[in-house]
Amino acid sequence: MSSEFTKLFELIVSASLINNFVFTRFLGLCIFFGVSKKMETAVGMSITFTAVMMISAAISWVIFNLVLVPLDITFLEIIVFIGIIAGLVQVSDTIMRKVSPGLYYKLGIYLALISTNCIILAVPLVSAGEKYSFIQSLAFGLGSGLGFALALIIMASIREKLELAEVPAPFKGLPMAFVVTGLIALAFTGFSGLITL
Amino acid sequence: MSSSSNTNLKELVLNGIVKENTIFKLALSLCPSIAVTNSLKNGIYMGLAVLFVQVMVNLTISLMRNIIHPKVRLPIFMLVISGWVTVTQLLMAAFVPDVYAKVGLYIALIVAFASILARAEMFASKNSFLPSMADGLGMGIGFLFALTTISFFRELLGKGSLTVPTGLATQHVFTFINTKPLLIMVLPAGGFLAVGILMALFNWINARYAAKAASH
Repeated sequence: MSSEFTKLFELIVSASLINNFVFTRFLGLCIFFGVSKKMETAVGMSITFTAVMMISAAISWVIFNLVLVPLDITFLEIIVFIGIIAGLVQVSDTIMRKVSPGLYYKLGIYLALISTNCIILAVPLVSAGEKYSFIQSLAFGLGSGLGFALALIIMASIREKLELAEVPAPFKGLPMAFVVTGLIALAFTGFSGLITL
Repeated sequence: MSSSSNTNLKELVLNGIVKENTIFKLALSLCPSIAVTNSLKNGIYMGLAVLFVQVMVNLTISLMRNIIHPKVRLPIFMLVISGWVTVTQLLMAAFVPDVYAKVGLYIALIVAFASILARAEMFASKNSFLPSMADGLGMGIGFLFALTTISFFRELLGKGSLTVPTGLATQHVFTFINTKPLLIMVLPAGGFLAVGILMALFNWINARYAAKAASH
C-alpha cells in the first residue's frame, strides 16, 4: 500500500516538475503567453485548468478503457477525447453560471478558451499511451495542473516586472517573453534526474 | 472577393506566408514550433502534416458551408479537423514510423490548433473552395516555413550537423563544426530562445522595411 502511495507521489512530482508541460513538453503555450501578463488572471486560469484537467482525465479514462478498448477502436481516441472535453467545458459553463454566478463572472472566460487547448487534450492522450490506472491518471492530471499553475505564476510575476524594464525595440513583448521562458526552462532542466520512474 | 483573377489567389497564399505568419506574426500554435524543432527532419514533417490538415480542412468546410447549420458549426468544425488529423496520424505511422515515434503526440494535438479552427471559421466557412484552398495553402506553407527556419538553426547550432528527408529515408548532409556544438540549442530551453530571437529578427526586418517605405 505504501509503495503504491509513493509511486503516486512520484508521478505527481514528475508531472509537475520534471516533465513540466510548459517547459519540457511545450504544451499550452498559447494560453501560457496569453494570460501570464497579470498575476490575477494567471491564478484564475491555473485553478480552472487544474480542475478541468482532473475531471477530463477521469472521464476519458473511463470511456477509453470501458468503451474504446473493448470495441477495439482506440484509433478514434482523438475524436472522442476532444468531444469529451468540449462537452465537459459546455456542462461546467452551464453549471457554474447557475450555481455560482460570482465565480462564473471571474473564471467563465477561461473556460471557453480551454476547449481549444492542447494541454488539456494531452493529459488523456498521454495517460492512454502510458496505460495508467484510474488513480494514476487522476494523479497525472493533478500533477500536470499543478505544474502548469507553477509555470504561469512564475511567468506572471516576472512579466509584471518586465513591463518596467528597458527592452530593445524588436524584442518588445512576445520575443522577450520567449527568451525569459527559455531561461526558466533552463533552470527547470535542473530537476531532471530528480526521480527515475 | 472576385472569383476570377489569379493574382487574388496568389495574394491569399502570400498573406498566410508573410503578413499573417501563424508563428512569427500571430503567435498561435506555438507548441510544436518548439517541441519538434530540435531536428530539421522532424520540423519539416510536422510542417507538412499541418499543411496537409489545413488545406484539407479548409476544402471540406468550404464545400460543406451551405449545409452546416450555423448553431452547430463549431462542433462540426472540430469533428472535421479531428477526422483529418486522425488520417494524418495513421498515414505518418504507416509511412514514416521513426518520425512518428518522436512527433506523434504533437501530430495528435494539431486538433487543438487555434490557427486551423480560426481559418475554418473566418475564411473557409464564407468562401468557395478555390480561395479556401489558397488560403489553407498559404497558412500551411507559412507554418512549414517557420518550422523549417527554427529547426534549421537549432539543429545546426545544437548538433553541428543537418539531416534532411530525402524521399522516405533520411540523409546526413554535412558536419558544420567538429568541435563541441552548443548543446543548449537542442535542449528545451534553446527552443524558447531560438523562437524569441527569430521573432525579434522578424520584427526588426519589418520595422526596417516600414521605415524604408515611409522615407520614399
